[in-house]
Amino acid sequence: MSIWEYANPVKFLRASGIVLPWIVAGAALCTVVGLVWGFLTPDDYRQGATVKIVFLHVPAALMAINAWMMMLVASLVWLIRRHHVSALAAKAAAPVGAVMTLIALITGAIWGQPMWGTWWEWDPRLTSFLVLFLFYLGYIALWEAIEDPDSAADLTGLLCLVGSVFAFLSRYAVNFWNQGLHQGASLSVAPGERMSSVYRYPLYVSMLGFFLLFLALVLIRTRTEIRRRRLAALLAREHRA
Amino acid sequence: MKALLWRDLQLAIRAGGGFGLSLAFFLIVCTLVPFGVGADGGQLSRIAAGILWVGALLSCLLSLDRIFALDHEDGSLDLLATAPLPLEGMVAIKALAHWLTTGLPLVICSPVLGILLHLPGAAYPWLVLSLTVGTPALSMLGAFGAALTVGLRRGGLLLSLLVLPLYVPTLIFGAETVRRGLMGTEVTTPLVFLAGITFATLALVPFAAAAALRVNLR
Repeated sequence: MSIWEYANPVKFLRASGIVLPWIVAGAALCTVVGLVWGFLTPDDYRQGATVKIVFLHVPAALMAINAWMMMLVASLVWLIRRHHVSALAAKAAAPVGAVMTLIALITGAIWGQPMWGTWWEWDPRLTSFLVLFLFYLGYIALWEAIEDPDSAADLTGLLCLVGSVFAFLSRYAVNFWNQGLHQGASLSVAPGERMSSVYRYPLYVSMLGFFLLFLALVLIRTRTEIRRRRLAALLAREHRA
Repeated sequence: MKALLWRDLQLAIRAGGGFGLSLAFFLIVCTLVPFGVGADGGQLSRIAAGILWVGALLSCLLSLDRIFALDHEDGSLDLLATAPLPLEGMVAIKALAHWLTTGLPLVICSPVLGILLHLPGAAYPWLVLSLTVGTPALSMLGAFGAALTVGLRRGGLLLSLLVLPLYVPTLIFGAETVRRGLMGTEVTTPLVFLAGITFATLALVPFAAAAALRVNLR
């Protein structure tokens, strides 16, 4: 029994079909609890009610980066072991990751307006998220442009590898280029630097909810892609007969 | 390898090769900017370094699809792929030819355009140096993008979408070198980073581009 068994589309469909309802339910529960609990927290003494946007902003930003990581791993698995499910999962994750990036950027702008007095600032974190969004756009566009599914998977996989290197580089390059307004890490292990537990626990729940939401969306989209691929194969066979 | 380089250079320089087009584009970009931001000399000299870098990057982008597209159309790319020369070497040579016909002329002309944009005198050596060090990376990354999109009918626009995010670090370190050189602060750090990016792309990108070409020629 190894994880590679799920590279078989039939097994993947069966297993994901079983766990999917649980993941969807968990995602719904955690996001609702996290966001409502977050909404009911007391106002921060400096930031007022605007602090509550953190429960949307931080989980989205977290998943925006992790989605790209997942695409990188899935692309590597495709390029090395040629499992089709892996390539389709990378394809399925890209739009979800792009939307997460967009949510992080937009909520950040809405938060930045009352806090920093500006919708947009060329701050390292903001800038690197914008660059990440551009990488997502290029990746999705390349998938759309190539007709042959195997070449598309190969080429987007290559783009994902090279793009990851340059996304990291951009992250450090923009740090070098401009010092920013954005605070450092929101969740630190060191005591004393952490945010108050009033905000921390709903944030954890919300992050878990966003993670499950991402997982559910990727699974659904991967299943759709597998079925679409099957349908295309059936139609091609019909055509030939 | 020499023969291939010579062939690419001749093809680019002869009529219809588009040599000079990107140079003209660079000139036009640098002419349009003052119309857009106003002719105030002080303001222009402050942003001149950035404009020159962005202009060089855009004009480099303009000629990227020529690296492989024409050879793909007439079939010579398939011949080159089956030639004894490794595909990686072929990619590197083609990127070098692209740099010699696009990047190098841009570097040589940039001081003249610097005068147009009131670039302060102290910045000229840093501008030329940073462009010389940085533009090979632009050609190399562009060759990767061109290899990804070579089989596509409308690859041009997609190519820019794929390649421009990859250009971000090069642009940042390149423009930062000129800016620091201008202010007289320490320039070594961005310059070394820029050189690092160039050498790393020279060493590694041919493999990625060759892999993409193999997929497209399959």
